[in-house]
Amino acid sequence: MIQATKNYFHFLWRCGRIAFVGDWRYYAWMGILSVVILLGINAYAKQFVHGLMVTGMSDQVSWGVYIANFTFIVGVAAAAAMLVIPVYIYDNKELHDLVIFGELLAVAAILMCLAFVTVDLGRPDRFWHLIPGIGKFNFPGSMLSWDVIVLNGYLLLNVHICGYLLYCRYQGRTPSKWFYIPFVFLAIGWAISIHTVTAFLYVGLGGRPFWNASIVGPRFLASAFTAGPAIIILALQVIRHVTDYRISDKALLTLRSIVQVSMLINVFLLFNEVFKEFYTRTSHVAASNYLYFGLHGFHALVPWIWTAILFNLVAMFILVLPMSKSLKYLNVACVLAIVGIWIEKGMGLVVPGFIPSPLGEMVEYTPSLNETLVCLGIWAFGLLAYTLFLRMSIPILQGRITKRNEGESDDHLFAAGQKSDQTTTPHVATTHI
Amino acid sequence: MTSNSPCSSGGCAGGGNGNGGMNRRSFLRTSGVLASGIAALAASLAPLRDLTDYTSAEQFMQKHYKELSKDDMEKVLDRITREVEKQYSIRPHVKDYKPMDGVEFVYCLNLTRCIGCRKCVHACVAENNQSRDPEIQYIRVLKMPHGSFDMEKGDHNYASPTVPEKGFFYMPVQCQQCKNPPCVKVCPVKATWQEADGITVIDYDWCIGCRYCEAACPYFARRFNWTKPSIPKDRINPEMSYLGNRPRKQGVMEKCHFCIQRTRAGKYPACLEVCPAGARKFGNILDPNSEVSYIMRNKKVFVQLKEELGTSPRFFYYFDV
Repeated sequence: MIQATKNYFHFLWRCGRIAFVGDWRYYAWMGILSVVILLGINAYAKQFVHGLMVTGMSDQVSWGVYIANFTFIVGVAAAAAMLVIPVYIYDNKELHDLVIFGELLAVAAILMCLAFVTVDLGRPDRFWHLIPGIGKFNFPGSMLSWDVIVLNGYLLLNVHICGYLLYCRYQGRTPSKWFYIPFVFLAIGWAISIHTVTAFLYVGLGGRPFWNASIVGPRFLASAFTAGPAIIILALQVIRHVTDYRISDKALLTLRSIVQVSMLINVFLLFNEVFKEFYTRTSHVAASNYLYFGLHGFHALVPWIWTAILFNLVAMFILVLPMSKSLKYLNVACVLAIVGIWIEKGMGLVVPGFIPSPLGEMVEYTPSLNETLVCLGIWAFGLLAYTLFLRMSIPILQGRITKRNEGESDDHLFAAGQKSDQTTTPHVATTHI
Repeated sequence: MTSNSPCSSGGCAGGGNGNGGMNRRSFLRTSGVLASGIAALAASLAPLRDLTDYTSAEQFMQKHYKELSKDDMEKVLDRITREVEKQYSIRPHVKDYKPMDGVEFVYCLNLTRCIGCRKCVHACVAENNQSRDPEIQYIRVLKMPHGSFDMEKGDHNYASPTVPEKGFFYMPVQCQQCKNPPCVKVCPVKATWQEADGITVIDYDWCIGCRYCEAACPYFARRFNWTKPSIPKDRINPEMSYLGNRPRKQGVMEKCHFCIQRTRAGKYPACLEVCPAGARKFGNILDPNSEVSYIMRNKKVFVQLKEELGTSPRFFYYFDV
């Protein structure tokens, strides 16, 4: 038992050590991210002292970019399921070795979500009121309490799955199915639940007709399963570029078909919503009117939402056409889809819910500089976390850091950067994850 | 052997660590990176030096209102008294007023009489120790054109030299004290709840400031303290209650509580007392002899705002018909 603990800590030590080592590109990337994170911390420190007054929010528009980003990133986290389902349900071989990258992305995304919610709190010092058992948890009444449970549960599930599989690989033993397969299947359902619950957070508000629509949940899932795998497609290509980890084009094209179908569904659901609002033209159309065309002379979101729609439509056409079998076009489509959905699911969903106010008042919202810096800091933090996870896990998956070479120096990994020569450390076939 | 190596940063890159010790250069480089990292972090945290209003350990550990024993509550009231005295140089009387048995409060507002003078708005601010800069107001008066009840047509910021103006009627909106309050349902930490007399209250010491209730409220009744509230010392109302008008802190919600410190002591709310038109009526609906019971029996048309939402407000608009 003591030996096992010791072994485990030694494993963590080696992981931690390699996180600080890489070639100049790695240092530059991490250095830039660290600077942005520090700017974000600085902006948050100001907000902590002076209150949320330093943001652009008001009593009329009481949620802004923090919650908008939170909503978008919950979708990114949920998208890990889109890698897990083909592999574990349809036995897809191409994606098999890549699942873990999706799960690690989910971990980083949930960490970002928690950060975005925390910076939105007026009293972060009272966070413990939210801890079940210690605080006073309004469960099952409040959708926010459900969100606390599903987000943290999803985080734990993914940390367990990734951590267990990586440690087994490190030790060179075959993972015991009972230790992770049930969790993998649980995580699939859980992934859908985190985004459904986040949608219900909005849907459950009868006083906000823009959100109080049953299509919001399905649209959340469709857009998440578009943007999430699109991010994974790009991330995998970066991994392939900066390391010698083998990622086949076929795997990327499998993800393409997922993004393709999800985007079609996403646009179809958007069309349903637009039809219902503008064909019937009840008084509830006010928020949609504000979003798409402007209302009573206020139209801050109009250019944004049309950009989003344009991006989504162009992305959809590229994805449907065979041209997107070429990675160049696929990448363009992915970037357009990610940006389009980020606008539409973030600001395009959160802000119009508040405009006009329940008493018909028109007050617009623009994020402040300070608020934007906090957001950039959290994005940088998420990217930093994901980079660290990849930096630690890839050498383990490749068999370069294993229990067997514990006694040896890891310098051969460090000195040559990540693209070390393959002759000394051949790529280990990855079959048992 | 690696386990006792102190190389944990980039300083190890390329350097051998098989000889059991670190060399001077890598030590210097490691500590240089570490020191500049700590310095950068410290610099980024510099704004925290302006923090004046720390959360005391006493307040950090304070339990939820409903879990406070009588002794606990006395200590809390004492703490609040000390805090107010320190900040505003005035000794307040802070009490924890409880709901009275057999009482359910109801508000009736006569739209035929309201002249839109906004005296209620300002009396409320003065009574309830609301922040003056930025000013927080619980009552919003809408100037509405004759013949429509569409609030989108209402003017929130009218500044007419004299009221009432021809062709308009005026509709004050404040917390509707719903029987099915959406704000209570959504609060993740039960910091807001409905009391036995129908008043929805907030424990300002428990609220985490997530503003979910503000998003849920269909009446724009809730207000957030976006920054530290500021009240001139000579404007403090020293008669305070825990769930009512005691000064709030930065980052928490507040709203109309039917002047709990007055109404639970048998007085009328401040907005009613100041109304020059007699448009506001308040009382115990369970008492058949109360004014509100009389109005509910004898007036014909009542409006509960957004009745279709199922919130069932205890705030009734009526007309002289």
